[in-house]
Amino acid sequence: MREMVLFFLIVVAGTAGELSVSRAMKSVGEVHDFRPKSILRFVLQSFRLRWMWVGTALMSLAFFSLLAILSFRQVSFVVPISALSYVAGAFGAKLFLRERISRNRWIGIAIVCLGVTIVWWTRG
Amino acid sequence: MPLILISIILGPLGNVFLGKGMKSVGPVTSARIMDLLPIISRVLTSEYIWLGIVCLMGFFVCHMLLLTWADYSYVQPATSLSYLSIAILSYLVLGEMISPLRWLGVTVICVGVLLVGRTSPSTSEAPEHA
Repeated sequence: MREMVLFFLIVVAGTAGELSVSRAMKSVGEVHDFRPKSILRFVLQSFRLRWMWVGTALMSLAFFSLLAILSFRQVSFVVPISALSYVAGAFGAKLFLRERISRNRWIGIAIVCLGVTIVWWTRG
Repeated sequence: MPLILISIILGPLGNVFLGKGMKSVGPVTSARIMDLLPIISRVLTSEYIWLGIVCLMGFFVCHMLLLTWADYSYVQPATSLSYLSIAILSYLVLGEMISPLRWLGVTVICVGVLLVGRTSPSTSEAPEHA
């Protein structure tokens, strides 16, 4: 049960966090200049956006859940299970960012779910 | 493209170090704040945790730079070939015994990820009027 709650937080809070950051990034605009000074300016600029803070908070929650679960489960078990974020990511991108999800991508997501199920059987 | 490659290596490496650090901290079995305090202090003083965090921060910056020009539902799958490298790294670095069934599961996840990744970088719907 504790494990389920932690996985839920990793997947749902992690994905919601990434979606929020993605939303913030889109309003910052495209970055093509990778000099350290420009990157620093870009990071400072992003943190003036509310979505960036929401995203960071959610991703921190997911991160601490990940640490907790890694304290008693193998890395090669935990990380593949967290691939469930694809499912959450597809639904989130569709609903929240209005991205269009192609049929091929839905098939890929179904295969990811199958893989996650197989890894779950090796829980031991 | 180089950014995607860097994130495929940095992300999994970060997780492997976090795993190593948390194993030395010991199992987190309680959610009570009084039980968590000593654990938090052990987490903050573990060098492997910090090494993992540095790797993941590098990964995060690459990821943000990617997201400025490509859509989220393209970036996430593309960087997530890392599921194969996480299995390889946990075997090599942490000596985790990975059963054939788990290898199969990880491979299936990668196949799904590859299929998801073979889509155009920009998936937002185009404006309806010209």
